[in-house]
Amino acid sequence: MDDILIKAENISKVYRLPAEVIRAVRDVDLEIRAGEFIAIMGPSGSGKTTLLDILGCLDRISSGKLGILGRDVSRLKESSLVGIRRGNMGFVFQDFLLIPTLTALENVELPLLFARLPSGRRKAIGLLQKVGLGHRMGHLPKQLSGGERQRVAIARALVTSPKILFADEPTGNLDTKSGDQVFHILKGLNQKDGLTIVLTTHNNKLGSQAGRLVYLKDGSVVPREESSLYA
Amino acid sequence: MTWLSVAFKNLARKKVRSLLTIGGVAIAVAVLVSLLGFDAGYQRALTGNIDKMGYQVLVTAKGCPYEAATLMLQGGGGLRYMDEAIYEKIVKDPRVEKITPQLVATAFDKERQGGQGGVVLYMGIDPSYLALKPWATFKTGGWFSGDEADEAIMGYEVAELEQRLPGDQIFIPNLNKVLKVVGIFNRTGTQDDGVIFLPLRTAQRIFGLPGKLTGIGIKLKDLGTLGDFEEDLYNEPGIQVISMAQVKGTIFNLIASARTMTNAVALIAVVIAVIGVINTILMSVFERTKEIGVMKAIGASRLDIFRIIWMETTLICLIGGIAGDMMAIAGTHAVEFILRRVLPYAPSGQLVFITLRLLGISFIGAVIMGLIAGIYPAFRASSMRPVEAIRLGD
Repeated sequence: MDDILIKAENISKVYRLPAEVIRAVRDVDLEIRAGEFIAIMGPSGSGKTTLLDILGCLDRISSGKLGILGRDVSRLKESSLVGIRRGNMGFVFQDFLLIPTLTALENVELPLLFARLPSGRRKAIGLLQKVGLGHRMGHLPKQLSGGERQRVAIARALVTSPKILFADEPTGNLDTKSGDQVFHILKGLNQKDGLTIVLTTHNNKLGSQAGRLVYLKDGSVVPREESSLYA
Repeated sequence: MTWLSVAFKNLARKKVRSLLTIGGVAIAVAVLVSLLGFDAGYQRALTGNIDKMGYQVLVTAKGCPYEAATLMLQGGGGLRYMDEAIYEKIVKDPRVEKITPQLVATAFDKERQGGQGGVVLYMGIDPSYLALKPWATFKTGGWFSGDEADEAIMGYEVAELEQRLPGDQIFIPNLNKVLKVVGIFNRTGTQDDGVIFLPLRTAQRIFGLPGKLTGIGIKLKDLGTLGDFEEDLYNEPGIQVISMAQVKGTIFNLIASARTMTNAVALIAVVIAVIGVINTILMSVFERTKEIGVMKAIGASRLDIFRIIWMETTLICLIGGIAGDMMAIAGTHAVEFILRRVLPYAPSGQLVFITLRLLGISFIGAVIMGLIAGIYPAFRASSMRPVEAIRLGD
């Protein structure tokens, strides 16, 4: 039981809009163990990103119970959640979301500034070299290709040595070759370094290479056969 | 990487917008420094001018006290005259330590100011003038050869302007009178630098005012007796007594009214600059909603975001403050030039007096302005929830 990093019990997320109530995530039970590589799949609007945000402590649940590293975070405020994210979680987004005014190296260093770890430059350089961008460290995001930007984002996510890496459609905005490169890096991080990875993807080919697949339909976890009808 | 570099690079992203905002702050600071510098400089120059008159009391022909003040300070127009007999009476008063009679007269010289014409100020004096003004020393030459000599002593500036030396002649326009220059005073920093002095009797003769005076400067042995002294002269027909303290008070009261107005202008400039800064930073925050969300996702706390945005605002005001101080210093002469053209009366000396203290206060004020202006945008930015900022920031 000690290797359970995340334990979601019957969690739901409800958005109350003026005209309607949207149940983005419904009664999901999920356990994520250290070293797992989980792909969350499902059609558009199935709640993949919302579930990922909740598991990554970027969003709060409406009901249920969420445990992160043995701590119940269900009712924690943002000021407490940031402390859990910092150092334990890394994030990679579909559209990279690098800070455009900072160089590749500075983007990777930024989480260290927030974590009050000022002497991590060498580590940031090492990570950029690891993702094959040792020669592009001084470049601004706009001077990099999509694949390169995503690799910088991966380095940024790893610089604080997180226990879990969350990736939301990491290959969604990339061409096949760049997408394969990024997926290869993520897979290597899981297999060689034992990093726990949770990602969302539409790509069946990439999803099939994950250690475990979680299918969502209308916010609920469903068997693969049922989900694929909508994929 | 430092907090400062992150904030600075954010400002550098929209260079024109940041520069315009910095320019707004700089102008506000420059206006503030110039106005406060003018306030201090004007008072200082005026006090210096009045103190350097050498006497505490002036007896003049009865008339408007403001006109009398003008008379004292720059010779004024529409002069009134009193009989010299009053001088003979006051000089015997035991309360008087020093006394000097004066006859001020003017002549229009159409050659002055590059052909535009200008008023030349003449003052008839006797040796007692030097006793009241020990700082009136000679640069070259010396005192008149006689009480009725057709001679002149020139103030420093008028001698420079007319390029005269002892032995040269000067011509009084309209009166066809020629005087010989016998001396030139050193610079005193007062209106006397622009006056041509004649022996009192000569002035009375040339200007057709025998036995007349425009003023009597008096220094009392004890200033505490001023009230009684003034009371005693109150019944004398056709004269009035003005103390320098009164003149200072009158002019400073006038300045105080003007100061309220100038301070209001400065305040408006500062308020506009603050609104400009808030607007710029707020716009920048809205444009960066997604980035702020990402920063929060990768570990930035509310305080971290607050700090970055606050630092940006403070940087704008800090740079604006330095630029404003530099603008104020660089523009001192231009402001002084304009003020001298606009003001009805400007004392000699430095009109805009900018001190290091004033520059420091305005700089600190600009930084405080930045800190205040940054609170709301920084609060807005730091209050964003990461997931909403990331997802809704498109």
